Amino acid sequence: MPVMTVREALRQALHEAMQDERVFIIGEDIGRYGSTYGVTAGFLEQYGPERIRDAPIAESGIVGIAIGAAMVGMRPIAEIMSVNFSLLAFDMLFNHAAKIYAMFGGQMTVPMVLRTTNGWTQLSATHSQSFDVYFAHMPGLKVVAPATPYDMKGMLKAAIEDPDPVVFIEHTLMYTVKGEVPEGSYTVPLGKARLAREGRDITVVTYSRMVHLSQQAADILARDGIEVEIVDLRTLRPLDMSVALESFKKTNRAVVVTEDWQSFGTSAEIAARLYEYGFDYLDAPIARVNFREVPMPYSRNLELQTVVTVDRIVQAIRKTLS
Amino acid sequence: MVRHNDHAHGSAGASPALLTDSRLDAATLIDYYRQMVLIRRFEEKCQEMYTKAKIGGFLHLYVGEEATAVGAIAALRPEDHIFTHYRDHGHAIARGLDINALMAELFGKVTGCCKGLGGSMHFADVSKNFWGGYAIVGSHLPLAVGAALGMKMQRKDSVVMAFFGDGATNCGEFYESLNFAQLWKLPVVFVCENNLYAMGTPLEVHSSVTELYRKACAFGMTSERVDGNDVLAMREAALRAVEHARSGKGPVLLEAMTYRFRGHSAQDTQKYRTKEDIERHRRNDPITRFRTLLLNEGIATEQQLRDIDRMIDDQVEAAVRFADESPEPGPEWITQAGVYAAPIAVDPPIHGE
Ligand SMILES: Cc1ncc(C[n+]2csc(CCOP(=O)(O)OP(=O)(O)O)c2C)c(N)n1
Ligand SMILES: [Mg+2]
Repeated sequence: MPVMTVREALRQALHEAMQDERVFIIGEDIGRYGSTYGVTAGFLEQYGPERIRDAPIAESGIVGIAIGAAMVGMRPIAEIMSVNFSLLAFDMLFNHAAKIYAMFGGQMTVPMVLRTTNGWTQLSATHSQSFDVYFAHMPGLKVVAPATPYDMKGMLKAAIEDPDPVVFIEHTLMYTVKGEVPEGSYTVPLGKARLAREGRDITVVTYSRMVHLSQQAADILARDGIEVEIVDLRTLRPLDMSVALESFKKTNRAVVVTEDWQSFGTSAEIAARLYEYGFDYLDAPIARVNFREVPMPYSRNLELQTVVTVDRIVQAIRKTLS
Repeated sequence: MVRHNDHAHGSAGASPALLTDSRLDAATLIDYYRQMVLIRRFEEKCQEMYTKAKIGGFLHLYVGEEATAVGAIAALRPEDHIFTHYRDHGHAIARGLDINALMAELFGKVTGCCKGLGGSMHFADVSKNFWGGYAIVGSHLPLAVGAALGMKMQRKDSVVMAFFGDGATNCGEFYESLNFAQLWKLPVVFVCENNLYAMGTPLEVHSSVTELYRKACAFGMTSERVDGNDVLAMREAALRAVEHARSGKGPVLLEAMTYRFRGHSAQDTQKYRTKEDIERHRRNDPITRFRTLLLNEGIATEQQLRDIDRMIDDQVEAAVRFADESPEPGPEWITQAGVYAAPIAVDPPIHGE
């Protein structure tokens, strides 16, 4: 199977989606600039300015326009340059995209995709955030955050084909991650978790970039004979806990790893469901590894103490097993 | 760019040769009267039903502003689109939505235009290209622009009409929308209903520029102020705007000068204006004005108009009966199947569904 980066997998998905005349991409600097993270580089030249729409810096407008166009039969893909700027579009997403189907009694659908990206690297407090939990909190949205090139391509295709609004969360530190992607077109269904690694001692429940860090942690622990099972949730709403629960019932111990603040974060919901549905199988308190609860500092030294590291995952696993 | 009709606000109305001037036949003129009276009676009935607790939530009535919706929407074709705000009853009725379904919506019944899930602020009927009332002020304007982009990309010559209040012209989305629409030459007609208040805040207290049509200047957009209490003037301004938008020249901002005779919503005690203020504006009642015009011009007889009034009373009563007798929506509307067009089953299921 061909090996490619997350970026290339996303590009493939978008190229395939562009075969559908209803699909267009709207966002800041997606065309002439060449795309902030290179995902849509060259698209303007190939598809022209009508379908690759460089937009003014108006996040609310961008998402609102995508919603309106979706309602009348288009298949817009709105790109918000980084998730930090999505706050400006939350009203559009929460009060319109998420509500229109239900509130109008199922008369209209909003088949749009919002692509955006989490991430950090010495960008300090305003540019290093994750709002996964805000998106995932909202009934009416579907929220996906895949980890591998294979899932990136297949789930982006599925998101674009889906009749409901989908928030598709990428990660700036994942665009160069490599993996196998089969030739040809395929989709990966939304709302289905997957087993990313088999092991009998402990379950790590995670998603997005943390899947890769958890794999590294598991490699380290494997040297000591500790077998870590990793569940990649892939979709946050709706949350498929079946794979995680099955694993937990086998290992009886779990660590939840998410790259966001702990209080009321995605890990809180995941842990709550493990307790709720797996209580009888519990051998130790469920541990959580997350961002330290501070606005992200700029200094490299402090930044690395704030984010989730392989070392912190290893420690949490050891502690939960002890 | 800006066309300012100095005579617009409070003008005397149409000329004596009404039929020739408006290029409309008597039946059409009388129908505008019918639509305006239907809106008025519907709204008055809503107030009554609200007092009887048949209607809940927020209720924003359109009484006094009828000519704006009827005149503006008269300029549209069925394949054109409408997005509006929460004060949406008038637009829905002028667009020809079934008033039984509207009253049932207000009563929270499954026969309502949105199955009882939307209520007063969220009327919609896709079959009429009436894409909804939106209750976050100003926030539906980007949606309207998006729909217009959709029309343009689909090579359709439909236009999108978006209604909003004077208060909404201070929202960021208003400026984002005007810029996008003008930048991309999209077929949008923005109709600002300037009723001089945003809730209880008067125009001069909330907007640095009080001639709101001038806000289009920053975008090089065509705009016009019009007497929104003159149904024919409103229609003509809307026809000009719609023609401009449809011909590919881009959007237009219309500022319709009007006034609401009732409170902002059913709970408003109206401390911010006097009874005299309201009385003064009542002399400019769009329905009385048009009725007088029809009679003076010999377009309709007193008897004819009274027959219409009576027919409307019956129609509104029938809508109340329909709403009253209709069933409520079932619990399937509060499952994931009511939230998503393509719900995804997960295990364990949400709420054990
Ligand atoms: C974003 C937002 N802020 C505040 C409100 C509360 N609110 C509802 S209507 C309104 C006044 C709007 O006035 P205007 O745009 O002039 O419309 P009108 O009610 O006069 O028709 C306010 C402040 C809201 N619904 N949305
Ligand atoms: Mg107002």
